[in-house]
Amino acid sequence: MSTLVIDDLHAGVTTDAGHTEILRGVTLTVESGVTHAVMGPNGSGKSTLAYVIAGHPKYTVTSGSITLDGEDVLSMTVDQRARAGLFLAMQYPVEVPGVSVSNFLRTSATAVRGEAPKLRQWIGEMKSAMAGLQMDPAFAERNVNEGFSGGEKKRHEMLQLTLLKPKIAILDETDSGLDVDALRVVAEGYNAFREETGAGTLLITHYTRILRYIAPDVVHVFFDGRIVESGGRELADVLESEGYERFERTSA
Amino acid sequence: MTVLDAPPSDLAPRVASADYEDFAIPLGREEEWRFTPLDAVRPFFAPAPDAGVLTAEPSEHVRVVDAADAPPAGWLPTDRSAAVAWSGATRTVVVDVADEAVVTDPIVVELRGSADVSYGRVQVRVGRHARATVVVVHDTTVDTAGALVTEVADGGDLTVLSVFGGSPTGTHLWHWPARVGRDARILAAQVVIGGRVVRVLPSVSYAGPGGSAELIGAFLADSGQHIEHRILVDHDQPHCSSRVVYKGALAGQTAHTVWVGDVIVRRAAVGIETYELNRNLLLDRGARADSVPNLELETGDVVSAGHASATGTFDEEQLFYLQARGIPANVARQLVVRGFFVDVLARIPEGRWRDHVLQAIADRLHLSGGDE
Ligand SMILES: Nc1ncnc2c1ncn2[C@@H]1O[C@H](COP(=O)(O)OP(=O)(O)O)[C@@H](O)[C@H]1O
Ligand SMILES: [Mg+2]
Repeated sequence: MSTLVIDDLHAGVTTDAGHTEILRGVTLTVESGVTHAVMGPNGSGKSTLAYVIAGHPKYTVTSGSITLDGEDVLSMTVDQRARAGLFLAMQYPVEVPGVSVSNFLRTSATAVRGEAPKLRQWIGEMKSAMAGLQMDPAFAERNVNEGFSGGEKKRHEMLQLTLLKPKIAILDETDSGLDVDALRVVAEGYNAFREETGAGTLLITHYTRILRYIAPDVVHVFFDGRIVESGGRELADVLESEGYERFERTSA
Repeated sequence: MTVLDAPPSDLAPRVASADYEDFAIPLGREEEWRFTPLDAVRPFFAPAPDAGVLTAEPSEHVRVVDAADAPPAGWLPTDRSAAVAWSGATRTVVVDVADEAVVTDPIVVELRGSADVSYGRVQVRVGRHARATVVVVHDTTVDTAGALVTEVADGGDLTVLSVFGGSPTGTHLWHWPARVGRDARILAAQVVIGGRVVRVLPSVSYAGPGGSAELIGAFLADSGQHIEHRILVDHDQPHCSSRVVYKGALAGQTAHTVWVGDVIVRRAAVGIETYELNRNLLLDRGARADSVPNLELETGDVVSAGHASATGTFDEEQLFYLQARGIPANVARQLVVRGFFVDVLARIPEGRWRDHVLQAIADRLHLSGGDE
């Protein structure tokens, strides 16, 4: 059992022009086996929340806390957070020229597991994980995210997740840029992972579409840097039919 | 002294001579010397009183002869330090691959200097329709100046790798003129791993149509080091090609690299293809990379002509992405640097040297830290 606790988190970006607050008091607890959907309009700060949890250096936390099983996440480096069991499937995965997928995956699996996987076993693991996501084996020889289509990038994120087996997974707009078939493959890959590991999930999305494939237990409405309403699955249906206008009015 | 009679170009040298008196002592304002730390190289502007010479172990294709008995080089020095070295080197290392010969094992030439300042003349000739790989390992335990002159006869195929590795304190001033015959091919790969001052001037000229030249370079400059490459590709024959790709990594605050890539496409050089690229990766704040590509086109009748140059620091997003997958910061940096060099290193024919470069870079990164 793992628990990620975010408490009254304030964070933003600091530039020469000063500090801009983006997260204005986020409070949220994600437990193993539970899928939380965080839904909000563009620019509301969803990706910022994901990045701050993962430790992106662009963002500064001004107050509040994040803990994973009681450990202070904010004092960990980016790689320590990943090794502690956090995983962010990124909205915009980054190209790393000259680094092959297979080298990258093996290096990260070695880091996260604390020892290099046995070659034989590793090859088998890769093969079955890639097959599960309907990925061509030749994919492993390409450079990380270089020239990948939107669908390939997201499958690649799921492949990493499957191999690294985090305790808490954060999926940032995993459905964006995917056609229905690709979305189904990615979602099935995710569901298999969730079933196998019992990981907790923070599913960040703008649209309700992905919720048809990855069922949430709790739905949060994110607006202007904080959670403004939480409820069950039915809240997603309200958002589907009414959009975010209601919150725009109440928050203005 | 020879006053070169090719049509004038600002990019090409105007004088070629073995007599150093034909060249004024550089003051540092001259275009070709403006980046070089002159104090470090000044000793090479006049013959050193007890200068030695660079030689190598003779082997099947390698012999060492009195400079006076060496076959004609077809080249003359184009600056003062080169003339000092050329006239001062008493011996010549000759690498000869006979016409039609196909030599599969690399011919390794390990240069050894006989004194703390040593001059070198190395002449490589690959005969008609011959093929060979030559590895020239420079002596970095002494200061050196010299020329590595390569000639690939018609239809020949030469892969040559030159390496400056080892001691990081030496001063080395070298010219690497290559002459490419009709339908001949040269792949010249250069690796420079440190050195107090390393200044190398590779140049390519074509003896007939259809020649192809590929110049590849990987270099690493550390604090207090100056690594300079000045490349000149002179296209004056039709239907030839040139491709120049140099990548450098600069570690340490006072590292300085200079890359000047001059390509001249003369009126006669119709139907050629040329491309040159320099990319530099700054691993530490304060390091400086000067990168100056120059393309001078005297004919528009070419297949393609392009150049590119870029200098940047570590990409924070790349490092974040790798670290977000549990990879520690120093390992992430190594992956990114390896990735940066991978296309250049893939062209370096000798795996041993490829690994050597990667290791040198990895060592350096480990020292520079930046992770906890
Ligand atoms: N690195 C940054 N620098 C400046 N502004 C940023 C940065 N990241 C996000 N923002 C701003 O913060 C707000 C929230 O962005 P983001 O977290 O990407 O929202 P969402 O993912 O919900 O669309 C936007 O107004 C965006 O412009
Ligand atoms: Mg976003």
